[in-house]
Amino acid sequence: MTENFAIDVRGMTKRFGEHTVVNSIDLQVRRGEVYGFLGPNGSGKTTFIRMLCGLLAADAGEGTCLGFDIIKESEAIKRQVGYMTQRFSFYEDLSIAENLDFVARMYAIANRREAVSNSIERLGLAGRQKQLAGELSGGWKQRLALAACLIHNPNLLLLDEPTAGVDPKARRDFWEQIHELAGQGLTFLVTTHYMDEAERCDRLAYISYGNLLARGTASEVIANAQLTTWSVSGPDLHEIARQLRAVPGVQQAVAFGTRLHVSGNDEHELEKAIAPFRTESHVWQQIRPGLEDVFIHLMDNSKDNFSV
Amino acid sequence: MKTAIPISFSRFWAIVVKEFIQMRRDRLTFGMIIGIPVVQLMLFGYAINGDPKHLPTAVLLADSSQQGRSVMVALRNSDYFRFVREVHTETEADAALARGEVQFVVTIPENFSRNLLRGDKPTILVEADATDPSATGNAIASLHTLLDGALQRDLKGSLAFLAGESGPVKLRIHARYNPEGISQYNIVPGLMGVVLTMTMVMITGLAITRERERGTMENLLSMPTRPLEVLLGKIIPYIFVGYIQVGLILIAARFLFHVPMSGSIPLLLLSTSVFIAANLAMGITFSTLAKNQLQAVQMTFFFFLPSLLLSGFMFPFRGMPVWAQVIGEVLPLTHFLRIIRGILLKGNGFAEVAHQLWQISLFAAVILTVGVKRYRKTLD
Repeated sequence: MTENFAIDVRGMTKRFGEHTVVNSIDLQVRRGEVYGFLGPNGSGKTTFIRMLCGLLAADAGEGTCLGFDIIKESEAIKRQVGYMTQRFSFYEDLSIAENLDFVARMYAIANRREAVSNSIERLGLAGRQKQLAGELSGGWKQRLALAACLIHNPNLLLLDEPTAGVDPKARRDFWEQIHELAGQGLTFLVTTHYMDEAERCDRLAYISYGNLLARGTASEVIANAQLTTWSVSGPDLHEIARQLRAVPGVQQAVAFGTRLHVSGNDEHELEKAIAPFRTESHVWQQIRPGLEDVFIHLMDNSKDNFSV
Repeated sequence: MKTAIPISFSRFWAIVVKEFIQMRRDRLTFGMIIGIPVVQLMLFGYAINGDPKHLPTAVLLADSSQQGRSVMVALRNSDYFRFVREVHTETEADAALARGEVQFVVTIPENFSRNLLRGDKPTILVEADATDPSATGNAIASLHTLLDGALQRDLKGSLAFLAGESGPVKLRIHARYNPEGISQYNIVPGLMGVVLTMTMVMITGLAITRERERGTMENLLSMPTRPLEVLLGKIIPYIFVGYIQVGLILIAARFLFHVPMSGSIPLLLLSTSVFIAANLAMGITFSTLAKNQLQAVQMTFFFFLPSLLLSGFMFPFRGMPVWAQVIGEVLPLTHFLRIIRGILLKGNGFAEVAHQLWQISLFAAVILTVGVKRYRKTLD
């Protein structure tokens, strides 16, 4: 049922020369959902989003975005989608109000002045509307970009790393806003590298080197990875990690703050492997793996098809 | 207190190496740096000639006697004049000069032969289109010897006395449109075209590449826009900028250089808008072709130099070989120079400039079409 999906695409593929940057990705995003799109740098997230909003022509694939054919009806899609680019892409030599006014005109909004002043009001930019966009700090730029993406009342927002380089407080506020808007029926596809943000998404997809490796709710993704994880604390964790990585049964040993997470797919193999290291000087504790453990696991197991 | 750090060869060399690497990465820019001078050297080296010959000339032959025809044959055989047509009335002769169709009109008066044989020294009238004094100078200088030589053959034996010391005929030269041969009259209006070409192409040449370099292109493309909206939207504001330049140059031409303004200024302003639009279209099309702002600037120069050198601004158009004239005919500046000199100096009206205007419009239309086709709606 296409009507229930804001995004419903199959087999999306993009090649740049010999590199397949996005390899036959299927994705369904329900209306009103906040969908997280995760993966390492260069995994094809941005390319995928650009194909969705008609900025790049897909080499293969089909489907709909807001009920419009993504290949044939990209003009109609553009009218109902807001796209927030990874890099700030509004005019730095225009003021906040001028930028918003420009966008409002581009979408031929009926009550333009009203829409612009409402948008300035809603985002708390009122005192700064005459400031040049180029003079704003990262957090304010991000607010402006979001305001500009929302001005034409889109049904779907594509946010490409919206919180990169933004301070924790501003990040929190930003996500509050996303959930508020999602509550009003807006659909979000958000890329991020932050685990706390990933956990706030209704569902997730993880892609690496162009391949979609996992999807579902955060707990589904974790469960599907079938990972057993032990947490270690104590002295010389770095040295222990080095030794553990060489032991069969241990697939990863990763530092998490002052702790070390040791994970493997086979619970018994892993227990055998860590047995010699369970000395009194260290505290070992089996924990429920988190998203980050799973993502590191997925990343290590996906082949880098660029480095041939 | 500052600690002085000694100059380090290693650091200096690091910059040198980095610059070479970056140069190598941007092949097109490097290619243009090397290629443009080579192309232009060949182009201008062969095309430019300060001593134009074979200038188109019309004849008004009111006396078709043996002597009259001798004069014509002599002119035809000279390097400087090329007979393109015969005119029958003064009006026809004026029109041909006004349109710039011919550079000279030579009039052999009625009873030329009779007056010549009587020893009355008849007058041959040579009217020159002297808007560009350098185009006609050498040709006019050659006239005296040419005419005397021509009639020498006819005036032999008993008629030899007619040749006399001061020659058998009088020569009257009418330097039309710019009788004093003031080169400012020619250069200043021409400069308006040159300045407009330079700034208009450059300003729009940067328009799209700037969006791409600053990353705003991605945003622009994600909005529902059509190429024509973007391209025309970027052209129109600069037409106003162009008119500011036009206003300043016209005021300077009038009050500082005292350039005559014998034609209609509204007509000139109308023609200028077409010319500005053509240059902006060129710039915007460069903008869609160039990858970055530097390349856009290089392309501007690639267009600007031929406009400067092959349009008839710096060197007489008719002094160039045919192939160079063909290139020149394509350039908007060539036609604009004819329009502005025609309107200001010759007092041309719409009928005379229409032909040139049409060619500028054609150029603009073709170039803008290329631009619209080249404007990518995706980031591919």
